[in-house]
Amino acid sequence: MSVLADESSVTGLAAVSAESRFDNPALMRRRRRAEVRFQLYGLLAIALGLSCLVILFTSIIGNGWTAFFQTSIELPITFDAQEIDPDGTRKPSAFASANYQKLAYTALYKILGVDPSIRPQRTAANALLSREIDSQLREMVTADPSIIGSTKKVWVLASGNADALLKGKIDRKLPQENRQISDQQLAWIDQLTGSGIMKKLFNTGLFTNTASSQPETAGLAVALLGSFYIMLIVVLLSVPLGVAAAIYLEEFAPRNRFTDLIEVNINNLAAVPSIVFGLLGLAVFINFAGLPRSASLVGGLVLTLRTLPTVIIATRAAISAVPPSIREAALGVGASKVQTVFHHVLPLSLPGIITGTILGLIQALGETAPLLMIGMVAFVVDVPSSPLDPATALPVQIYMWATEAERGFVEKTAGATIVLLMILAVMNIITMVLRKRYERKW
Amino acid sequence: MSLSSLLLSLSGAGLIAFFIGFLRAKIMARGKERSVHSRPGYHAGFLALWTSLPAIIVLLIWAAVEPRFIDREVQSSLSAQVLQGSEAQIGLTMGVVRSVAAGIKTFSREELEAAKANPQEAQRLLSQKGIIVASAPGRAIIDSAELLNELNAKSSLAKTYTAAILALLGFVIAFIRISPNLRARNSVERVVVAGLMVASSVAILTTAGIVLSVLFQSLDFFNRVSIIDFLTGTVWDPRFADAGSGSTEGQFGLVPLMWGTLYISFVALVVAVPIGLFAAIYMSEYAHPKVRATVKPLLEMLAGIPTIVYGFFAVITVGPFLNFIGSKAGLVIQPTSVLTAGIVMGIMIIPFVSSLSDDIISAVPLALREGSYGLGATQSETIKRVVLPAALPGIVGAILLAASRAIGETMIVVLAAGIAANLTLNPFESVTTITVKIVSQLTGDLEFNTPQTLVAFALGLTLFVLTLGLNVYALYIVRKYREQYE
Repeated sequence: MSVLADESSVTGLAAVSAESRFDNPALMRRRRRAEVRFQLYGLLAIALGLSCLVILFTSIIGNGWTAFFQTSIELPITFDAQEIDPDGTRKPSAFASANYQKLAYTALYKILGVDPSIRPQRTAANALLSREIDSQLREMVTADPSIIGSTKKVWVLASGNADALLKGKIDRKLPQENRQISDQQLAWIDQLTGSGIMKKLFNTGLFTNTASSQPETAGLAVALLGSFYIMLIVVLLSVPLGVAAAIYLEEFAPRNRFTDLIEVNINNLAAVPSIVFGLLGLAVFINFAGLPRSASLVGGLVLTLRTLPTVIIATRAAISAVPPSIREAALGVGASKVQTVFHHVLPLSLPGIITGTILGLIQALGETAPLLMIGMVAFVVDVPSSPLDPATALPVQIYMWATEAERGFVEKTAGATIVLLMILAVMNIITMVLRKRYERKW
Repeated sequence: MSLSSLLLSLSGAGLIAFFIGFLRAKIMARGKERSVHSRPGYHAGFLALWTSLPAIIVLLIWAAVEPRFIDREVQSSLSAQVLQGSEAQIGLTMGVVRSVAAGIKTFSREELEAAKANPQEAQRLLSQKGIIVASAPGRAIIDSAELLNELNAKSSLAKTYTAAILALLGFVIAFIRISPNLRARNSVERVVVAGLMVASSVAILTTAGIVLSVLFQSLDFFNRVSIIDFLTGTVWDPRFADAGSGSTEGQFGLVPLMWGTLYISFVALVVAVPIGLFAAIYMSEYAHPKVRATVKPLLEMLAGIPTIVYGFFAVITVGPFLNFIGSKAGLVIQPTSVLTAGIVMGIMIIPFVSSLSDDIISAVPLALREGSYGLGATQSETIKRVVLPAALPGIVGAILLAASRAIGETMIVVLAAGIAANLTLNPFESVTTITVKIVSQLTGDLEFNTPQTLVAFALGLTLFVLTLGLNVYALYIVRKYREQYE
């Protein structure tokens, strides 16, 4: 009896504890809720991360898409011989000093019906045109002096304020005192847009203009070319060097202290802050070797060192993915070690090497800090004709515009950022396509 | 000939030697292909390497040594008066000599005589050739310039002859050695492997370059400013410290910069670790493989966006937004603040935490999970009580790697953190970081002998040591953990 009682008490105890763990509805509900809550945290974290991505892109694109358009006015400009070349010499020196701005103003007065003798009206009308028309018309005349004396319809840039109004960045409903554009100017702009001679055109100047202190004529030409030179140098140097280093480490290197040192080195180099590479470039390439400051050559060299670890690591991964049976087969039919690697292993790992290289290039294209160190942050007006000329790079240009005080540069900066992101996106898509098409599972 | 044209013609000679070697080997092997040790291509390569490689190596060494040698000669020809001046003055005069030398190369004999006779005339003639010199070059300068030109011409001639003789010699030696028994393949392959080894040591050279360049400039800086003042000073104010004056104590204090760097990185981790960790847990434990395959690359896009874009994003969106929220809540949040920079940097390092943690969590053996399920635990209980503790060292490693990224990050803080070196606990105020100060000390005019510029290298050294230490430790942890389950 006592034994039975004991047994029942034991089973009873077990029953109670089991009940509390599994059959207790309140506890189970709590545990299930905890389960759901936990999953929800995960979803929330992913949603937060992705929404950061979305907010980032919308903010940049929302601020920047208008930079691809620029308000222009089509004016019938009379290239008055009296104004441009009063002496009739037709020499470039005479063209250089003429007042072209006045030609454009005169044409505008005619269209708007402004009396040039009234000063406030004149200034208000002048403020609709960009100050950079001068150089645009001068270039036209210098290129073709025969247009002097004729009247031609020319698309000229509108001023930054008129541009901002057309892009909806100036509130029309504000009282006149708080608006950069007066009621009179507003009426004129409406008249011009109404008759179709003032409208937003695709802004080719964004890609062809060089540095300028006026937002409407600042462009990316120098930065795009500088980035192109840098990329070219990085490809030419980091691919042969990186691939050769990876082949050596993966296929030939004996296991000893020296190769261990190299390996540890490469892994750590990949994690060194990029600005430290800038210090290296400044001290070694500019201060010691005497290469010119601000040149894309130095930028290319510094970024080569920066991307080398990436290329080496990616290439090593691609090479080690080739199964040993391929090597053994080649060696078995009498190929030497070098022949095995160059005739069989390397061709098979080529897709992986190419993707790794493009990933390195993507990294190099977005790199800013090391280029600041070597003086690529400069106001460059002349398009660089070789990698030895002063230049900037796309991300550096974004930095320079982002620190400009003038309001119009925000749009420019975001526009340049869109250009940079588009190039990166294209490169990423290429790697994805390559990976999809050529990736081989052994 | 100039160095580049010499190198080019040597490569051309190598190419020609290649074809000759190829034909030679073909002719030699005709009819007895089986008894020749190497294929014709290797004989060709053998001949080409012997022709161009020794000459190219000698030329490169020559080019590295030459300028120092010639400069010393020309410098000693300068007048005693110049040589007694400071180093900068000598450098300046040498610059003038160099540009004058470039100018008089284009002069005719009569022009040269006229220039020697009359400094003003010399200046006018030079400006005609498009070379502007600040002062009229005297007879002594023109003589030095002539010496420079003469030495350069001599060296160039000697270089050309040396290269030609070496190339010819190499060609002849190799050509004679070509025979059926020559192990041409082995020789060529040895050179190829040696080339590969040289390429792989570039990584070592880079590290050595970083360490040496940063270290030497830093030592120069510590000669002017005591290292203890640098490490313990709480005031950062480099502008009022004149070069060489003794009153630089405390002006180059690292503490406020270090504080700013660590504070911003801490805020970034507070943002990134929960988001990254929960995202990693969800992706590795709950998400359908298809969802994971889309979400993971999307999150990793965050790491692929250039940091300058984040900086700009902080300036135009996050800063103003926080400022707006602050004004609603009655707080003053400056547009550039610890919070702005920290949040944006946190967004940037989310993928560093999530991707690495995802890999580490996935690597925890299934058996551990199954054991836990078998005991009746729910999935979240299993994750919290079994998987995470098992993965903890690896996750800590991932977080440390992310922290090292945050500490070394530059462009976000340059645009979003501010430049005032504040020692403040208030996250709504702006602080500055080590990287920001490196940038601001090194953009603009550079003189390599003021503490104001040299301090950037000392800061760089600090940064390098800090991130390297974190990385080595983090990699050590991650590796140790990986071995546990393999």
